[in-house]
Amino acid sequence: MREEILSAIEKNSRVDSEELAIRLGMTEEAVVSEMNKMEEEGVICGYHTMIDWEKTSMEKVTALIEVRVTPQRGQGFDVLAERIYKYPEVKSVYLISGGYDLMVILEGKSLKEVSNFVSDKLSTMDSVLSTATHFILKKYKDHGTIMSKKNEDERMMITP
Amino acid sequence: MRNPLSEKVVTIKPSGIRKFFDIVSEMKDAISLGVGEPDFDTPWHIRDEGIYSLEKGRTFYTSNAGLKELKVEICNYLKRRIGVSYHYNDEVIVTVGGSEGIDIALRAMLDPGDEVLIPQPSYVSYEPCTVLTGGVPVIINLKAENEFRLTAQELRDAITDKTKVLVLPFPNNPTGAIMEKEDLEAIAEVIIEKDLFVISDEIYAELSYKGDHISIASLPGMQERTILINGFSKAYAMTGWRLGYACGPEPIIQQMIKIHQFAIMCAPTTSQYAAVEALKNGDEDVLMMRDAYNQRRRFLMNVFREMGLECFEPFGAFYVFPCIKEFGMTSDEFATRFLKEEKVAVVPGTAFGDCGEGYLRISYAYSIENLKIALDRMKRFIERLREEKK
Repeated sequence: MREEILSAIEKNSRVDSEELAIRLGMTEEAVVSEMNKMEEEGVICGYHTMIDWEKTSMEKVTALIEVRVTPQRGQGFDVLAERIYKYPEVKSVYLISGGYDLMVILEGKSLKEVSNFVSDKLSTMDSVLSTATHFILKKYKDHGTIMSKKNEDERMMITP
Repeated sequence: MRNPLSEKVVTIKPSGIRKFFDIVSEMKDAISLGVGEPDFDTPWHIRDEGIYSLEKGRTFYTSNAGLKELKVEICNYLKRRIGVSYHYNDEVIVTVGGSEGIDIALRAMLDPGDEVLIPQPSYVSYEPCTVLTGGVPVIINLKAENEFRLTAQELRDAITDKTKVLVLPFPNNPTGAIMEKEDLEAIAEVIIEKDLFVISDEIYAELSYKGDHISIASLPGMQERTILINGFSKAYAMTGWRLGYACGPEPIIQQMIKIHQFAIMCAPTTSQYAAVEALKNGDEDVLMMRDAYNQRRRFLMNVFREMGLECFEPFGAFYVFPCIKEFGMTSDEFATRFLKEEKVAVVPGTAFGDCGEGYLRISYAYSIENLKIALDRMKRFIERLREEKK
């Protein structure tokens, strides 16, 4: 039941709870109470909106920054990760396997703002060994959603 | 000049859908609940495999009965999903859609005068294909009170000395009806007693919403009497690939391969490679689509209940079959007015047999958003009709 609710709202968090209950063959009360429970337990962490900022007048620059660090004794990567993710302009921080350690996703108003963050804040942290910044030029698909316009229904109107 | 046409062909009525199709295609801004195919694109990994096969230059004929690899996967799949074992080399033929399977199964089994039992409402091809072979279609009119299932009594009543084949179209297009195990057991008894054969059209098997689909071929004594028809169109959203298959007793399948060999040669090669991928790695896709259809099905049924529209709850395919007798017009009149006044296309039940009179086929192979728009219009239309009747 949880998984069914989650996979439905993952695609559309605005779905009306009454409608969702009908679609899943449950009572509305059951859906609402399960969702409340999942909010309390932190299974559901928020309800965000997918925005194509390109289509607005807002100027935004997104960068993916690879960060190599020296893990600290007894604390691993967590303390450093915390120092990074507390900056509000940092959208995501992941610890990853492979050639570097942390992936930081940063959003700024301009190239300059992003590069200032990297040179002034990030690179100067004690255990940061190196950074590599990649600016996003175009988003094709984000959070499972393809950003280009949807195709028209190409099926014939009536078929047996 | 002599009449160039065959008398037999001329007597076959054109599909009842055709006329409607012509009206709809004239209307530019109409929306539709009339399609009989999935709204999903074929899953990308399947399409990619088709593209890859083209890149590799796999553009030749396959053997008549189909790629060995595909036949093996079909057998694995049927074993896994319905618990019936077929031998890939003797008991399987890959066809151009389920439609070809139905046609050549009838042609392989019928002599002129043999009677074929066709439960209706059902898909449009069984009757004309029977006529073309010289067989005699005998229609069994299924009833709403039985949720459009075929009962043993109805079957028994239709059997004569000439009856040879029963077409078993479940999960059903257009009613969405299914046959559960008890239903199948009851008719299997009659089939064995009367020494009949079954062409079981299970193209919608994966779209069953009340437990897994049960094939009549899985019942004791039935595999040797059943030609099982299935395909990739509905389960994997692959209608345009034109790929299906038929499985059954070797003597029948071998004769079907003979007809197929002369009429078709082999099913499209690209599609066959894509289908291998579908069977190997497509279970998740099937599940995802089935869940989506099931949600829409519940949604649609709820709206009908709110409208006060009489409709039994269907558990298969992607159709609902509401009754419109309360409005005192024919299915055709209803569908035509609905199209003209609200610009929504639905298919009159009569397109699937005379006993579909008083019903409509409504497809839910549409997104919930599209369904909402169409159903709002339907609600408005029905309210207007009820107002008129007062």
